[in-house]
Formats: sequence, C-alpha cells, structure tokens
Amino acid sequence: MARAKEAQVTDIYRPEPATVLQAKPVTEMEIAFAFRLDSGRELGHLPGQFVEISIAGMGEAPISISSSPTRKGSFEMVVRRVGNVSGAMHRLKPGDKVGIRGPFGTHFPVDGAMQGKDVLFICGGIGFVPVRSAIQYVLDNRKQFGRVTILYGTKSPAERLFCDETVAWAKAEAVTYIETVDRGDPKWKGSVGVITTLLPKVKLKPADTVVIVCGPPIMYKFVLIELQNMGLRREQVYVSLERHMKCGVGKCGHCQINGVYVCQKGPVFRYSDLTPIPEAFR
Amino acid sequence: MRTVKLSQQALDQWVAGLIRTQAVIGVQAKGDRFEFAPLGRSSDLRLDYDVTILPPKMFFQPAREPLLAFDGAAGFKTLLSDEPFVLLGVHPYDLVAILQMDALFAADNDDIHYRSRREKAVIVACDVQSASPNGFAGCMGTATVSQGFDVLLTRVADIYVAEAGTAAGAALLADIAKAPEADAVNLARREQVWQDNQKLLRKHDLRVSLKELPALLERSYDHPVWEEKARRCFSCGSCNLVCPTCYCFDVQDEVGWDLKRGVRCRTWDGCLLKDFATVAGAHNFRKSRAERYRHRYYRKGKYMPEKIGQIACVGCGRCISACVSKIANPVEVYNRLQEES
Repeated sequence: MARAKEAQVTDIYRPEPATVLQAKPVTEMEIAFAFRLDSGRELGHLPGQFVEISIAGMGEAPISISSSPTRKGSFEMVVRRVGNVSGAMHRLKPGDKVGIRGPFGTHFPVDGAMQGKDVLFICGGIGFVPVRSAIQYVLDNRKQFGRVTILYGTKSPAERLFCDETVAWAKAEAVTYIETVDRGDPKWKGSVGVITTLLPKVKLKPADTVVIVCGPPIMYKFVLIELQNMGLRREQVYVSLERHMKCGVGKCGHCQINGVYVCQKGPVFRYSDLTPIPEAFR
Repeated sequence: MRTVKLSQQALDQWVAGLIRTQAVIGVQAKGDRFEFAPLGRSSDLRLDYDVTILPPKMFFQPAREPLLAFDGAAGFKTLLSDEPFVLLGVHPYDLVAILQMDALFAADNDDIHYRSRREKAVIVACDVQSASPNGFAGCMGTATVSQGFDVLLTRVADIYVAEAGTAAGAALLADIAKAPEADAVNLARREQVWQDNQKLLRKHDLRVSLKELPALLERSYDHPVWEEKARRCFSCGSCNLVCPTCYCFDVQDEVGWDLKRGVRCRTWDGCLLKDFATVAGAHNFRKSRAERYRHRYYRKGKYMPEKIGQIACVGCGRCISACVSKIANPVEVYNRLQEES
C-alpha cells in the first residue's frame, strides 16, 4: 500500500558515517578498533556509554566504547567475534566505512560520585572494555580522584586485554593493578583463581571508596556478596549490565529488565537502584 | 464540531465517495471472521463486526517495515511512507491502543517512521454493534471513547450518528454537507448505546480495580500462577502478534543480489518468543517460559502504566482467542492473583 520515499529528517534509527582508522587483533577472539566520525565531530561520550555500530547488510550491534573522551580525535572499541555483526567487523580494514548511532545510555559517575574518592575497579573478561574508558579518564584527570585499584580476571593469560597499558598502570603512582586467571599456562607466574580471590589482597577505606564492577553475570553474583562483606554499601557500587540493546532508544523492548530499559536507564546502574529489579542479575 | 445523522444509504454513498478520492482501509469479512484491509467497495464494509483477527496497528507499525535504505559504503537514507489513508471502523478499545502507541513512539525519542504514518491517517471510529466472544473492554474503561477519533460513528436504531472530533474529521464529513444534524432523540439513543456497550463488552469479568492492578502485580511476582500457566505455553508468540498494544520489534538488514544495496527492515517481535532476551554469545536473560509469560502481564499491568499512566491492556480479548493452550486470559490471571495474593 505505502510507497517508501527517501527523505532526510531527524531519524533516531539512521546511523552517521564513520571511518575505521585502526583494526588490530589483540587476542585470538578480539580486535581493537579506532574510528572517526566522517563529520569531524567528536563522539561526545562519557565512560561506560555505548554506540550502535552498523555494517550495511549485516545489521547493527550495541558496542561499548573502550577509550576515554579525554583522548580526542577518535574513539575505540574492542570487539569479540560472537555474532553476525561482530563477525563482519572482524573483516574490517583501515579506511572501511561503518555507521554509528549514539552515544547511548548512562555512564560511570566520573563526574559525580567518583569525584574525590578512592576507586576500585573490578573487571572480568570482556567487561574490562568499557571500564578501560573510565580508567583512562581517571588517570587523565588524576587530581580529581583518590587511590585507584584495578582488579582484572580472565579465563587464561592469552585472553588478557590492553596488556601494554596495564603494565604502565601498574607502575603509576597511587595505582594498584592486580590480575588473575582461572587457569594459568606454563609461562604464567601471576595469580591463579577467580576474581574474588583478589579481594582479600586489597586494602580499602570502605567509607571513602566507589566501586565499579563489570563482567559476566556469574561474576556479579559472587563479587557483590564479597563487597558487602567488606563493608561497602550498595550505594557505593556501580555495575554495567549486558543486555541486547537492539535499538538504543527505548523502543524495541529487547533490553528490558522488569520495567527498565537498559539502553536508557543503564547500562551503568548504581547497585542500590537495582534492588527492586529482580531481573537485573539473572 | 458537527454531529450529523446518516441513513444506511447515505453512509454507503459517503464511503463510496471516500473510496473514489483516497485510500481507504476498512473492516471486511475474512471467511467467518473480520479484518482491516484496503476497501474496494462500500458494500464490503462491515461495521457490524465483533472484532478483527489482527488489530489495526499494522497500518502504523507494519509487520515488515523498511526503515532505511543503504548502498554499500554510501551510507543510510531514511525511508518514509507518504500515502495518506482513511482507517474506517476502528472500535473504541483499538483506538485507545493506538493512542497509547502514539505516546510510546513519541516518548523520549520521537520515532519519525511511526509518526509519518500516523499523521497521514484519518481515523473513523465506530462504536461496537456486536460483542466478540472474549471481549472485556467494559472492564478496562475502553468500551467507549470520547476523544482521539477524527470521526465517530454510532449505529442508533436504523441510522448512524456521525460526530467529527477533529478538523480532519470535519473535512471528511464535509462531503455530506446535506446530512441533517443529529437531533436530541438521536443523541439520547447514542447515549444509551454507550451505556449498553459498557455492559455488553464484559464477556470476562475483571474483579480487580484498574488502579489497584500495578500494586497487585507488585506483590505477586513469585506467585505460582506464572509457572502453572507457562507449563502449557508453546512460546509461539500468538498473544504478542494479535495484541493491539504489543509493539516490540526486531530489525534486520535485507541485502540485494549485488550484496551492496538493501534495506534495513523493522519486523514485529514478541517477548514470549524463546530468544527475545538472548544476547550475542547465546546467553538468554529470560530463559524460562514462566519468566517470559510473567513479563508480558507485568508489561501490560505495571511497567507500561508506570510509563504512560494507563493499563496497556484494552480488553479486546484477541489473546484469549488466539492462544492455542488457552492460558492467555488476562482476566483469569489477574482475578486469581486478587484472590490469592
């Protein structure tokens, strides 16, 4: 019945063109990308936010931004090959075009609750990707934050991300960086064990600390209990939830947890705000 | 605004005139049931229908809707429908559903695709003449409407009363400039139809007050009814499909033979379908049928009311009729919770 007609209007679903600046394999499963919007404008995100990236013909996927807005000129993503769009992204080369919508969602409170506080980052697996944006931001605005502690766990040594950067972070002043793996390999000399085994090694001032947690669903279950045992209140803890944020604009329904659209009220939540939302930690 | 009276013959002539000058979607028979479809002849219009198989949402959010066109690296262009149409014979409960969709698609982020279709539509609503076997609009406050239509038709005795609700509706009625104004007797009879329909459209009797429903659900999250009902759920999504207030969608790219040009299409989706909450990597955040089944009732009775201030069930009863397992009766579920929570 209806004839489709071309038009240029404000369309919440229309991506804007961007160019791949860099596509560098960092593990067997992940490639680190850098992009620039063709319009020349900065993306204008805050740490923890995501974009919808389009590969024409393959579709769209929500991907966290891994770089800090303090690093101008481009924005970065680390993408694991798991679906159609991320699979197609693994074939991108510098100079290729993609579509970008966003940034969308809430951010880690770098401009709010984290200000002036000690910050404890707890990351599991690919959950390190959005948190890296916040870590960069904190280190680029060092005087605005207290002591920084970074705990990072992966399944194996080969799956660790941002290895050059974490070496530098470990040496930085007033930063503690500890990593662990579930299973070591013959060359591995570091900690072995799940991420909660690192928590007793951390010295905290519970009243003066904000905690950022990002990892797979199973990790939240154990880490959040441990944090409470350590004397941290739910109000001091921020988590980033993974859901299928298909449209990014609060319409399609896929990312809903109970009554909340994660693409709008999340992906970053204050843990205490999730108490009345039983679907948050399924 | 004008309120006129039309004989059946005058109505037929009016509809025939509309068909000559613009696209008209009207209710017609489909086998022994009814559907909204492009209307070719005024004699095919069946304003005496009970309920249509599918609600009229498909004319504002088509089951398959191209949103964007792309051409390789050349980027994306917005596709919009530009054809005006008249939607003829919308029952009050379906009109309420459309008004809810208006609010939801406009809220927070304006959806130009929905809005461009909606703004080009003129809605001629029609009061119910025969009740469907499962309708309960009378319990949901949606058996009649006082606004939201461009024109409202009501059959009183052997004539129709036609009221214009907007300028667009008045323009549509301008074609029948000679029609006499409805008199006091016609209007009193129309009032009676409205009162009768409140009682007629109660094939299931909701014993929960609409105001109490969100609070009732709030305390019923772990009630055994979700598990019990969902045990017989096929996860077919029929309840989503026929629901006038279900609008969740999927988006897929369709590529041409050159593997460069194509369209990005929106299609209907449903929260009862198994993979609705699955993310890349196959983790399903709503794995069990009971969780999916419960989610739909919470969306209608709690989450949407929190968002738009109205229960997102209009009592059309289509889900009750469409469910193969006979587990999708909202009245039965809500009444049971009322008794046991």
